[in-house]
Amino acid sequence: MSDPLSRPSKTNPQTPLRVPALPPEARSRAAMGLTAAAAEGRFALQHCAECGRVQYPPRDACHACLSVDLPWRDTDPVGTLLADTVVRASPNLYFRDRVPWRTGTVRLDAGPSIVVHVHGDCERGARVRLTSRLDRAGQGVLMALPMEETPNMADDPQLRELTADPKHRRILITDARQDTAPALARALLAAGAAEIMVGEAEGWRPWPGRERLAAMEGVTLLPLDVTDTASVETLAGEIGGKTDILINNARFVRPGGLLGGDPGFARQEMEVAYFGLMRLAQAFGPAMRARGSDGVRSAVAWVNILSAHALSSDPAYGTFSAANAAALSLSQTLRADLRPGGLRVLNVFAGPTEDDWHQAVPPPKVTGGAIARSVVEGLQDGLEEVWCGDVARDLRDRWRQNPKVLERELTGGAT
Amino acid sequence: MSRRRPYDGVVLAAPCSVPYVRYSTETAHHWLARALKGTLDAGGLAKEEIDGFSVASFTLFPDTPVGLTQHFGLTPRWLDSIPMGGASGVVALRRAARAVQAGDADIVACIAGDTNQIDSFRKLLSSFSRFAMDAAYPYGYGGPNAMFALLTDRYMQEYGATREDFGRICVAQRQNALRYPQAIMRKPLSLEAYLAARPIADPIALFDCVMPCAGAEGLLVMRQEEAERRGLPHAHLAATIERHNAFPDDPMQLRGGWAMDAPELWEMAGAGPEDMDLVQTYDDYPVISMMQFEDLGFCAKGAAPAFLRGRDLTVTGDLPHNTSGGQLSAGQAGAAGGFIGLVEALRQVTGQAGPTQVPGARRALVSGFGMINYDRGLCSGAAVLDGGAA
Repeated sequence: MSDPLSRPSKTNPQTPLRVPALPPEARSRAAMGLTAAAAEGRFALQHCAECGRVQYPPRDACHACLSVDLPWRDTDPVGTLLADTVVRASPNLYFRDRVPWRTGTVRLDAGPSIVVHVHGDCERGARVRLTSRLDRAGQGVLMALPMEETPNMADDPQLRELTADPKHRRILITDARQDTAPALARALLAAGAAEIMVGEAEGWRPWPGRERLAAMEGVTLLPLDVTDTASVETLAGEIGGKTDILINNARFVRPGGLLGGDPGFARQEMEVAYFGLMRLAQAFGPAMRARGSDGVRSAVAWVNILSAHALSSDPAYGTFSAANAAALSLSQTLRADLRPGGLRVLNVFAGPTEDDWHQAVPPPKVTGGAIARSVVEGLQDGLEEVWCGDVARDLRDRWRQNPKVLERELTGGAT
Repeated sequence: MSRRRPYDGVVLAAPCSVPYVRYSTETAHHWLARALKGTLDAGGLAKEEIDGFSVASFTLFPDTPVGLTQHFGLTPRWLDSIPMGGASGVVALRRAARAVQAGDADIVACIAGDTNQIDSFRKLLSSFSRFAMDAAYPYGYGGPNAMFALLTDRYMQEYGATREDFGRICVAQRQNALRYPQAIMRKPLSLEAYLAARPIADPIALFDCVMPCAGAEGLLVMRQEEAERRGLPHAHLAATIERHNAFPDDPMQLRGGWAMDAPELWEMAGAGPEDMDLVQTYDDYPVISMMQFEDLGFCAKGAAPAFLRGRDLTVTGDLPHNTSGGQLSAGQAGAAGGFIGLVEALRQVTGQAGPTQVPGARRALVSGFGMINYDRGLCSGAAVLDGGAA
């Protein structure tokens, strides 16, 4: 079993901050397939379309038949740990700071031998399962895990490097008034979060559920209006240095298309979804990026909760879709900007939500609780993309098959 | 009868080892120039007299051997570049020998060398191969130490080798190095010190690892009558083998390409392992030397630990091995690591080895191994040198 991770003591202000370092980032284009799969938590390898042989390391031509058609497919992750070592010396600054580091060679039942990170609970010679994760450089890597769950398994220091686990971390949720806020607070505390800070705009304006949220053990309400630059900067000045995970759940949504739509609503949608993200990023991003290697309580992740229609517009929510598309685009830049600190940007894409502004939309719709579960699972698995609810997953699949067909279907005319 | 034509009439001469240093501010060009000059001086040749030029180097960038011809003022009619690391010596030799035999060149200078500036090794690692970049470096970045740790771990499990077994190889080589004035490692090594050394990547510890350094090696390949005319001590090339990416379906590397080709090597040489007066294996890690003893037929697969327990590997022993200390004690000067055993063997079988001379040495086996592209070494080669009657 892994040693349970204990809650870190207070930071000594006289100790210099560890400068963030990344594991080796360079990859061939073929190897990016591993990264794409890891971003969604899938274990996939290249399979030859002609002869079926499984390939590793990633290639441009099949080692058995020289076919160049090597699609990535979900693969049986089970194999045997043939050998292991503990690296105790490395010229790479990231690993040098983190040795001893266990690696090993796993012979997959599917064929290839793979050099992997090895969880402390794996025994040499034993059966193991590989999991595909993003490392701190945001690149896909493989780690051998024991076949069965072991005590404190997630606390293995090497596995924790590949996740954004909320355990012992201090988390800011940006909008207390959203249905997602109490559900997120509950789920994150249950996952071991040390402290939940929840932003509240216009605190003078009463809202149902405030007392219950404020009364939760470990939860603090703090003034934050994502549409107000001064408000965002003020809060960042106070808590920016101890925000390990930022969950941007702020949202403004009104039904309506483009012609005849209300420009005021459209502007407010952009103010929250796009400019709100921008303000938060500019105020909180630099300090979080600087704390990417700050031990057990390092800054580790940024979460955006977006509409799945960021991919392709729902004309019934045209301006809201557009604001989410803008936010999705900005989140990709945020991901690039936070990468030098080793931080993850997780986008949770939700289908229509169970709330007053989606009354006319037929089920299935997702609840705040479902979104909260997706956020926590996404953080624990260190993902970059999570699709919450059947509608979001369906949209994703159709978008990947053919974006043009999806657009036409969403804008009417599909039988 | 061998399927292949013998290397009749081709000889090796003029061995040169440029003394290694741990770190150098110089470039690969500097080290290669010294090796070229050294081997020409050893042969008493002017550089205009060579018409073939073969180079192995990792740190020549942005140049290639083409650029070196202008840099060094050479006008060869035959030019070769050997990007095969630890196998580069054997491979360079077999190509040069055929060129001379066919008349494409009359005298080929084969040189190998690299510099080792403070950050050279780290930079070399970061751009070594695509598979290493994609599938090895992100996993702890232990470099070759980590990859060979896995192979050593597997070998120990499979064949029951112990750290003491590996240690005896390293200790004997250090004893040999103490005789070799140019060795980097000058302090005696005891088995106790070997076993107590700082762990690097379990089960590999400090003295299982070579020390990267700067240096260069060289020799000349020419027709026998040319060597005789010039009065140069020379050795014949009795046999060679070369193989790349052998046994790709082995889950991990427990054998190298030698296991595919050793029967042909001995058939061509008209001799066997027992006829060798000394052996120069490629010793980037002691486990690889063990594999070579097995795969080249000195003992059965997996039997090297027991076989070597009963042998004395020092210069004065019954199985002289890596007589100049090998890379483990003399240092690894990049691609020159693929030449160190070859050049020392040439000195040995021509009676020019001085303090490391094995008395009466006539025949030597030289083996090469190179290029950890991902999880195993891909290139292997071997050659049998024959110095003729003493």
